[in-house]
Amino acid sequence: MFAPNPTMAATETDTETLSRLYRELLRIRRAEEGILELLLKNKLSSTMCHVSIGQEAVAVGVCDALEPDDYITSTHRGHGHFLARGGAMSALMAELMGREAGACRGRGSSMHLVDASIGHLGSNAIVGGHIPIATGAALWTALRGEHRVVASFFGDGATSEGIFHESVNFAAVQRLPIVFVVENNQWAMSLPWAKSTAQQSIEVKAEGYGIAGVDVDGQDVLAVRTAARDAIGRARRGEGPTLLGLSTYRFLGHSRADPSSYRDKAEEEKWRLRDPVLLAHNLLMAHDFDEEWFEQVDRDIAAEIAAAIEIAENSPPASIGEVFSDIYATPLEGIR
Amino acid sequence: MISTLTPPRTVTYREALREALFEEMEADDRVIVMGEDVGKYGGAYAVSKGLLERFGDRRVIDTPMSEALIVGAALGAAVVGGRPVAEIMYMDFVTLTMDALVNQAAKLHFMFGGQLSAPMVVRVQQGVGRGAGAQHSQSLEAWFAHVPGLKVVAPSTPADAKGLLKSSIRDDDPVLFIEHKGLYARKGTDPGREHTVPIGVADVKRPGVDVTVVAWSNMVHTALDAAELLADDGIDVEVIDLRTIAPLDMQTVLASCRRTGRLLVAHEACQTGGLGAEIIAQAAEHLHGLLHAPPRRIATPDVVLPANTTLERALVPDTDAIASAIRDLVRS
Ligand SMILES: Cc1ncc(C[n+]2csc(CCOP(=O)(O)OP(=O)(O)O)c2C)c(N)n1
Ligand SMILES: [Mg+2]
Repeated sequence: MFAPNPTMAATETDTETLSRLYRELLRIRRAEEGILELLLKNKLSSTMCHVSIGQEAVAVGVCDALEPDDYITSTHRGHGHFLARGGAMSALMAELMGREAGACRGRGSSMHLVDASIGHLGSNAIVGGHIPIATGAALWTALRGEHRVVASFFGDGATSEGIFHESVNFAAVQRLPIVFVVENNQWAMSLPWAKSTAQQSIEVKAEGYGIAGVDVDGQDVLAVRTAARDAIGRARRGEGPTLLGLSTYRFLGHSRADPSSYRDKAEEEKWRLRDPVLLAHNLLMAHDFDEEWFEQVDRDIAAEIAAAIEIAENSPPASIGEVFSDIYATPLEGIR
Repeated sequence: MISTLTPPRTVTYREALREALFEEMEADDRVIVMGEDVGKYGGAYAVSKGLLERFGDRRVIDTPMSEALIVGAALGAAVVGGRPVAEIMYMDFVTLTMDALVNQAAKLHFMFGGQLSAPMVVRVQQGVGRGAGAQHSQSLEAWFAHVPGLKVVAPSTPADAKGLLKSSIRDDDPVLFIEHKGLYARKGTDPGREHTVPIGVADVKRPGVDVTVVAWSNMVHTALDAAELLADDGIDVEVIDLRTIAPLDMQTVLASCRRTGRLLVAHEACQTGGLGAEIIAQAAEHLHGLLHAPPRRIATPDVVLPANTTLERALVPDTDAIASAIRDLVRS
């Protein structure tokens, strides 16, 4: 039933790790399918919604390699990063539905997820806008000798922003404990990677900054995890930042309204064969996981998502009063 | 009793700022300073001189020439526990940091449901006086008054500079701290060690009954000089120093206008879209029928500032221009 996968090499990985990763990949896939359903039913509080279907191995492989005290920053396409880092399914669903129980108490919606308690420092609707924030967090942990590492997820398109250069350059000079995760889904809206840059190798780009860099198959969750562990290890040992280039593909449009008419259907078909969920599934089958096990995982995830949506639906909508009172963390003495 | 023999100690605006940094860095090891040439060089206007020697290069950080990174990274450090004071050499360069200030720092507390906050200060200096030209002299404070979530201050005296800088560092929100290149050498009373000034509170720098003049930063001194000049003509001018640009302390301004019945706003920034427009709009909304004359503003005209001190001086409102505007107001 599944296409065979010749390149995913997971021989030394224990099946416990593999099954944990698979479960997380599927959890994100099903959650985003659920979100698209809610969108069609007009149940989301905002019209903005970017799903990462096809890219799940990036979030899962990197987050699995992080420690609980580490930090991440994320993008407009950040549902997967949020869940993989340990964000609650109900906080995600309630946020998207504009409820008080949401990650941002219903104010941020799809592009502004956050959970400070698990080191998720926020996803961002300004492409590249969070890269210096991640860099500053890494600066602070380094200055304090905290041994934390920051992983900053951003897309191929973000590498064209000036702030990418300023951040990577500074992190390199200061040897900061940060991993710049280039989630290269080949497209920045309608702009292909080849038109974003004349040097498509992240490893070569990194060389120019004097730091480590790798080009990795981003559909292979084990390859991602291994490369992320290397990069995170370097960062934690004080050996500086890494540019982690992960090749992946967004299976759907850029956003709800985008039919991706600018893409070649053959290219889409080719990448569809390299579905990260499918690849992990195949590997587990090769390790003798049976249908019953897969069905149980399906049921568990479906139940978690249904429960999360129920929590969201029972949560009060975001309140308008706090729109005025919550602008500042320190109230003003002088404004009466 | 205070001895009449020892005059009150005076400090310059620059020294007051430096003392505020020293004291806050001494009191709280989460306070760090970062920016271009803030270390050995001591800052382009010598405010951070001596900090590197005292606190070391882990707390006084020379960054590459990357303004967007400086503010963005200060924000990142603030989010995870630091209390950074970032320096942007000239207000004009703030254009390069707009995303970090406007879309990120200002928004984060509310947008993330109160989970994160940004206890950071961005120090900048602006203004004319040195013929620094079109790209090094602009007064851009009004832009930031238009961004809810930022606090913006612009002190005019050494005591206010020190007190507001200490308050800004202790505040949990992003504060844009606007200095003026014409003020660094100005002397004033030393407010002493534990002096803070609350953000959001204007100050009556000179009480008067005939007309209210609202100013901030360097223009406060021009307004005070004009008031002095007019005192000889029997015109009693009240000068309000806003001190905080955002959010505005309109209560102090409106209360003064209710007493004097006349309002002039004086600013160095160019006129169109300047803060004067907002203050006068609010006065019109709240004081209809109470003013004896239409409120007025006096500002630099909408020009590109020339790097020529003669032309520069001819364009920015000076003591005579303010005095003449006040005379017109009082006569009408
Ligand atoms: C600074 C900025 N420019 C443009 C946009 C509009 N926009 C949103 S996503 C996007 C493409 C981003 O591409 P990439 O970084 O590769 O991320 P992807 O959407 O592929 O995940 C654009 C142009 C934006 N949000 N921010
Ligand atoms: Mg992309």
